[in-house]
Amino acid sequence: MSRNAQNDHLTRLEQTSIHVFREAFANFRSVCMPWSMGKDSNVLIWLARKAFCGKIPFPLLHIDTTYEFPEMYEFREKAKVIHGIDLIVRVNEDAIRRGIGYATHDPVTVTHELKTVPFKAAIDEFKWDALVTGIRRDEDPTRAKERWFSPRSAEGNWDYKDQPPEFWGQFASVAPEGGHVRVQPLLEWTELDIWEYIRRENIPNPTLYFARNGKRFRSLGCHPITHPVDSPASNIDEVIEELKRTKVSERAGRAQDHVGRNSMQELRAKGFM
Amino acid sequence: MSAPLPAPAAAQAAAQAAAEDARKMHVVVVGHVDHGKSTFVGRLLHDTDSLPNGKIEQVRKNCAIEGMEFEYAFLLDALIEEQEQNITIDTTRIFFRTKQRAYAIIDAPGHKEFLKNMVTGAASASAALLLIDAKEGVMDQSRRHAFLLSLLGVKQLVVLVNKMDLVGHSEETYRRIVAEYSAFLKTLGLTAVHFIPIAAKHGENVVERAAKMPWWRGPTVTEALDAFRHEDDLTGLPLRLPVSDIYRFDHRRIIAGRVEAGAIRPGDELIFQPGGRRSTVRTFEDWPGPESRDVVGTGGSASVTLSEQIFVERGQVASHPAHQPRVGREFRARLFWLGKEPLTLKKTYRLRLLTQNVDAVIARIEQVTDASTLESTLADNVPRDSICEVVVRATRNVAYDLHHECPITGRFALEEGGRIHGGGIILDSVAQSDAPSGKVTAVERTARAGHPPAVIWFTGLSGSGKSTIAEAVERRLFDAGRKVVRVDGDDLRVSLNRDLGFSAADRAESVRRASAVAGLFAGSGHLTLVTLIAPLAADRAKARAALASQPFIEVFVDAPLAVCESRDVKGLYAKARRGEIAEFTGISSPYEAPESPEVHIRTDKTSQEEAVDLVLAAIDKVIQGKGEDWEV
Repeated sequence: MSRNAQNDHLTRLEQTSIHVFREAFANFRSVCMPWSMGKDSNVLIWLARKAFCGKIPFPLLHIDTTYEFPEMYEFREKAKVIHGIDLIVRVNEDAIRRGIGYATHDPVTVTHELKTVPFKAAIDEFKWDALVTGIRRDEDPTRAKERWFSPRSAEGNWDYKDQPPEFWGQFASVAPEGGHVRVQPLLEWTELDIWEYIRRENIPNPTLYFARNGKRFRSLGCHPITHPVDSPASNIDEVIEELKRTKVSERAGRAQDHVGRNSMQELRAKGFM
Repeated sequence: MSAPLPAPAAAQAAAQAAAEDARKMHVVVVGHVDHGKSTFVGRLLHDTDSLPNGKIEQVRKNCAIEGMEFEYAFLLDALIEEQEQNITIDTTRIFFRTKQRAYAIIDAPGHKEFLKNMVTGAASASAALLLIDAKEGVMDQSRRHAFLLSLLGVKQLVVLVNKMDLVGHSEETYRRIVAEYSAFLKTLGLTAVHFIPIAAKHGENVVERAAKMPWWRGPTVTEALDAFRHEDDLTGLPLRLPVSDIYRFDHRRIIAGRVEAGAIRPGDELIFQPGGRRSTVRTFEDWPGPESRDVVGTGGSASVTLSEQIFVERGQVASHPAHQPRVGREFRARLFWLGKEPLTLKKTYRLRLLTQNVDAVIARIEQVTDASTLESTLADNVPRDSICEVVVRATRNVAYDLHHECPITGRFALEEGGRIHGGGIILDSVAQSDAPSGKVTAVERTARAGHPPAVIWFTGLSGSGKSTIAEAVERRLFDAGRKVVRVDGDDLRVSLNRDLGFSAADRAESVRRASAVAGLFAGSGHLTLVTLIAPLAADRAKARAALASQPFIEVFVDAPLAVCESRDVKGLYAKARRGEIAEFTGISSPYEAPESPEVHIRTDKTSQEEAVDLVLAAIDKVIQGKGEDWEV
């Protein structure tokens, strides 16, 4: 690859994301990046290292639901070393003691208890005023409304009806009292962009995304509610070819999205990432 | 287990080429409320086969459940609230592709109160589609949106004359709208590339040609879209690299920023404005390496180390010395205001220009323009959703360009409480209105020195220690960064006053000349220390009166005659006693001690250090907080 190629689509996306990372780091007192270990989050780590010349100057947060695929835990330990990650792990031990789990509760309740509750507790504990997320506008209609810098109230609420204007590279630079700002460097990326970039940069990712016995995971969440899709795509080139043809939505295999007509909206209003 | 298979080089190159072709174009869709924007976008997605599987069926099903007729607009209006209100709330970004390339289309809202969202969408678009309802014709927001597009710099515009089915596909109606609206666009300096007659609801002239409008020989919407060009590449302009941050995570000191215009290379000499310090680009610190780029062009994020360690901070703009940005505090701008509270004259806002963030006041509101009628009025404030021309005055220098010279560095946002309320483009530089050409005022001198001037007049017998104390005071003031000068009576006697002797008349003249000199120094902003015997109270009173435009501090250095005579540093007392000097103060001529000096130093009771402190305390007392009071 040419050392100067800069006008291609992926490089433009990359350079804009780097700018967003740098503006966030310059503007906010205390930044954290939640890490799901999924492909988008791994691209974020890569972009952060590019933005800060190799070193990620803030901690990453993994909210461990205890329902991750075993391979994800292996990947976490390996990636931690490769990228030199300062990792904070939080589990909602109290909810687990109370017996909250997929065997006995609906996915929306479990997601709330095991993800959102410990996530909010961590924000209270560390007082972060900016959180970097891997949200992309193409993921879901509600996410199409997002901004690069998206303020959240102390309760974690998102006032999507009265968002600050955002133009000319000037972002909302002050977190609401007691709240924080979500910083979203991947906003303009699509699922296909993510995979093409992973291929170009050779970014480490879990192998669950590649087909075994005719099935692969397109999106990764808790194992009881995340289902593989039928796919022969067993390597990155085949995944990219498949995405160029598919018209099935990315989160089709994620059960919590499909409980009610607007479940995603409800989850997000409650502070879900 | 984690690493993906490395892609073969050939596949990687092919993907690179494909990505190049697929460079996404951002298009904004605007127009008056209910002129069919959402329906149009829904239809466009459908007709270009860009909807996810099952989406249209899902929306049809939801409509059936709620007993509503299916509309293409519902495809976009995914939020419950939107469907309830029947208007689009925010810039929904939807991706679709034609055979030629990929697009991100922004379904900007038309409802008046959501203008800020339209701005957010349109600011990132390279082209615009503006819908006009053929039946309703050109409306308020049809005009307002075009005005904003011109302000935001969106130059490629296609007008879609929609709902042609409701006017019987009439060419005459179409022609009438084209005539009226082109005339309006012309006043804004805008030209529409095409006016396309469509019926979005039925997909006529969207992707497929409309059989019902055989008279239309121009392009369909997708053909027109595919003819749009990407925004101008600013790589050919002079370098503008605003500093985003300085990283010191390890031994390296890295200047981080995004190149907003031009290009930067290792070895380039840079100047950082405001400030004007220079250094040379040593390296780019690209990760993961091992090699870094040879050049970073417009839009690229740079990580620069410098050859010489100079002071650099966030906000400064690096450029090449031959092509620098303007540096100043004041400029004239056209801006749009989106704040709930009106933009107010003399009020302070945060000015955000590139990575610069400084306080600025609206120094003047030149005109407020109704974006719909283009009528201009004069006012002291600018209501929400208006466009105006103003003079912005920053509290300190900023680096900028005029908008027509470099669009990206010639625009800014105004913020209050961390929230952006308006944006503007810079039309002209303005010479600072509080510093008119010509005379430099006392206020400006005080501002530069950081303190007002004053005259400190040391009086006392020869040998009393006036000069010694004054020199020590001068040293202390000088070291503290004050503007200070000393006018010594002995120096004057051998220069300006060398024609004068010791007669009463000559002494009076000597005091007059010394006060004139002190007046010049004080007038230029100095703390002026005068050491002169000035034995007669009447002469000293005249000096004080002549210097009344500054604070005047009389310091009486009060030493007994016997002490002065015993010191006799210059041997003058001996000469006087021998009668070689006539009318010598204290010997053959009187000394009238001041009755109420500001500082009275009894040298027999006060050490020299204490004396200096007393004088400094008196000076501090008069110069602190009096900056505004001593204007000439």
